Amino acid sequence: MIEVKDLYYTYPTGLEALKGISLTVNDGEFLAVMGQNGAGKTTLVKHFNGLLKPTKGEILVDGVSTRDVSVAQLARNVGFVFQNPDHQLFSETVEEEIVFALRNFGFEKAVIEKQVDWALNLLDVTQYRKTSPFMLSGGERKRVALASILAWDPQVIILDEPTIGQDHQQKEKLQQFILQLNAQKKTVIVVTHDVEFVAECSPRVILMSQGKIVVDGTAKKILTNPKVLAQASIVPPQITQIFLELADLGLPTDVIDVHEATKILLNRLRKRS
Amino acid sequence: MSVFEGFKFRKVSSVVHDLDPRIKFFFVSVLFVMAILFTKLLALTVLFFIPLPFVFMAKVNRQWLRSLRGAAFLAIFIFATNFIFGYFSPASFQGITPPVDTLVEYLVLLERAAAMTLRFVVLIASFSVFFLTTSPDHLGLALQQSRIPYEFCFAFTTAVRFVPVLADEAQTIMDAQKARGLELERGNLLKRVKNYIPILIPLIVNAIRRSLELAESMESRAWGASEKRTNLYELKLKRADYILVLISVLMLLLAVYVWLYVSIPSLTTLLSL
Amino acid sequence: MSVIETRDLTYTYPGVTKPSIEEVSVTINKGDFVILTGPSGCGKTTLCRCFNGLIPHFYNGDLEGKIEVAGLNVVDHQIHQIARHVGLVFQNPENQLFALSVEKDVAFGLENFAMPRDEMRKRVDWALQMAGISELSERPPHELSGGQQQRVAIASVLAMQPDIMVLDEPTSFLDPVGAEKIFEVINELNKKLGITIILVEHRLDLAAKYANHVIVMNKGKIALTGSPREIFTSEEARLIGVGIPKATKLYQHLKKHGIRLKAVPVTTEETADLLREILKND
Ligand SMILES: Nc1ncnc2c1ncn2[C@@H]1O[C@H](COP(=O)(O)OP(=O)(O)O)[C@@H](O)[C@H]1O
Ligand SMILES: Nc1ncnc2c1ncn2[C@@H]1O[C@H](COP(=O)(O)OP(=O)(O)O)[C@@H](O)[C@H]1O
Ligand SMILES: [Mg+2]
Ligand SMILES: [Mg+2]
Repeated sequence: MIEVKDLYYTYPTGLEALKGISLTVNDGEFLAVMGQNGAGKTTLVKHFNGLLKPTKGEILVDGVSTRDVSVAQLARNVGFVFQNPDHQLFSETVEEEIVFALRNFGFEKAVIEKQVDWALNLLDVTQYRKTSPFMLSGGERKRVALASILAWDPQVIILDEPTIGQDHQQKEKLQQFILQLNAQKKTVIVVTHDVEFVAECSPRVILMSQGKIVVDGTAKKILTNPKVLAQASIVPPQITQIFLELADLGLPTDVIDVHEATKILLNRLRKRS
Repeated sequence: MSVFEGFKFRKVSSVVHDLDPRIKFFFVSVLFVMAILFTKLLALTVLFFIPLPFVFMAKVNRQWLRSLRGAAFLAIFIFATNFIFGYFSPASFQGITPPVDTLVEYLVLLERAAAMTLRFVVLIASFSVFFLTTSPDHLGLALQQSRIPYEFCFAFTTAVRFVPVLADEAQTIMDAQKARGLELERGNLLKRVKNYIPILIPLIVNAIRRSLELAESMESRAWGASEKRTNLYELKLKRADYILVLISVLMLLLAVYVWLYVSIPSLTTLLSL
Repeated sequence: MSVIETRDLTYTYPGVTKPSIEEVSVTINKGDFVILTGPSGCGKTTLCRCFNGLIPHFYNGDLEGKIEVAGLNVVDHQIHQIARHVGLVFQNPENQLFALSVEKDVAFGLENFAMPRDEMRKRVDWALQMAGISELSERPPHELSGGQQQRVAIASVLAMQPDIMVLDEPTSFLDPVGAEKIFEVINELNKKLGITIILVEHRLDLAAKYANHVIVMNKGKIALTGSPREIFTSEEARLIGVGIPKATKLYQHLKKHGIRLKAVPVTTEETADLLREILKND
């Protein structure tokens, strides 16, 4: 469980990036942190594994204040997948890349071998085991980066802008993968401004703007509230926009998903005829 | 990454900022020559006060003091070495017959060491006024109008432009690797050096990728289209620039005159009178 | 009238054996707004590099087939000659701005053309205004947001007054509002100035409404070309993995259940209007 208590953070440059954030993320929860660029999303989640320490306020991870523990200790439970895989890949082979963290955490050799096999398989990169990560395509590099973090099986997984720069298919795969992680009772925290992605995954959402949480609730509630979204420079999903336009016909306005939309329209048309 | 803070030029306008960088450089060079000509504490103290009006006019007092403070360690070092070397080989100083034992001899030695230190401080003080009040853009332009090849000037401004970007990137990479359990401060010296490999490799790989993309972008914007490029900006000398040239030349003449014909007393002799 | 014409264009990067694009034949007409899409790695960037001569002049490698852009044979002309006609905007805003002020960056191409200072000043101001960033002219580019940086990149290409502008995933690092602004600027250039636009993009839900022509690539080849409506409703596009706008998807779902809208919608407004019609008609 992650508890954020009245968190303030000011960068050394003097910029106050977080202004009084309070939030609880329960075990096994799937949370999307949304908001425009510069809202403070990355700054917030960097506190969850201790990369940043509060200027004021406190973060408790499983009851322990992040001030009292090193990043390495926190990282054991809280995996953080950075936006750009090129900021972490450095090894000669994909296998080595995955071993890196396991060795840092002091796993035994036999365990390391087992976990590497497992992670390679999980992200479908086993065939690149002995390949240099630099030879892979962007999507593959992203998967290797993911594998290198999931390998130590952290309880909490944070993904910073996972869908950015990805094509449609990669996005769908990633989406399925994230849902699968959550189904396995992992706590998943995704930082994103991709409304279609959120509409399809339907997690709990917090919306940030200028270092504050504007609203906290279900995807359905937040994505269908254009007024609140506008504060964070986000536009509702296309399906929601269509239904908002048709509100005067008595259609519901809280629709985010295509399938749901189809059902509602079919019902309505059948009833009439 | 506070090391890089000093490079981040902030755009401000003042009489000093608007001076032609070539003229400012000439002025600073005159100060440099003067500091080299004189060895007496009295003369160097006078020199120390010359850049002060410029610091106040440009309102860069705080940054200026910070750069002096940054030089403090080196200044102490210079003082100590001068004193120690003077003590063990005092023959080179007038008025001292080895061994150093009388109070006056100690004072001569101290004054000498203080003068050498002040000379260094004068150099730092005047050059930092130059760098604090000259935008890199202007500096690049000055280089160019001084007939230095354009490629060199371009490389200079581009380097300045990318220092903060690379600093941010280094920070991100460091965070990404810490999130995978890397502890930079762990192990013996060799291990500690090795700890930096996971940071250096992505940094280098990304820098290479970046420079390739930059080259591509330059090519696409007609790099090398004509033999003689034009420039959006042009440096033109204004009245303040001519005044500064006049001041500099007068200072230089005065200094040379004093150096040739006036013997500056040392403080010790003044006091012992 | 066509401004870009390629015939069986095949290109292999130096040091690799497999061609990155194969037998690409496309025709793009003057004033078109083209969206070029397809799975990543399918050769979109490679094709864009051919349009302004980065391939073959900067990348070398092996280029076969014919390519003519703005009446110039790309192989016989240097990049800076083609640059007068074709502007390229890249994906990463950070790596295409290299000056210390916005206006200096915008002037870069003009300086290379040795344009006299007075004329250059006018052009720079005009380009900044078209991109909606006049007020940023003296700011250092690296202190701007990604969206602003990308508009600077557009302005710096626009200043050279090209006939064709090629934008390679210009919004992929931006938030939706930043992306929307970019699309609006591009659309303006297309509709007001008649500049031919080639936009590489995955987020079709945001970009589709501006385009009149969609090209889908797959595995180095041209897979589909046509109007947005044709492409978005084609089964092949779905199989290749093109991100079809949700509005069009809704149309398809309804069709599967026997409800036919009068036309294929691409935008929110179109869909709402079409739905309104059938909901009222009952
Ligand atoms: N290392 C840093 N130093 C100074 N300011 C920073 C740093 N990182 C981010 N910021 C600033 O903090 C604010 C929030 O940034 P960030 O958390 O990265 O936003 P988001 O992830 O929502 O886009 C922004 O204004 C950004 O410029
Ligand atoms: N500079 C290069 N050298 C060698 N191969 C490259 C280079 N750039 C791209 N490729 C290869 O060409 C293919 C097409 O890439 P690209 O044009 O970048 O695709 P897209 O832009 O559609 O993602 C990919 O297989 C990629 O690995
Ligand atoms: Mg972020
Ligand atoms: Mg590409």
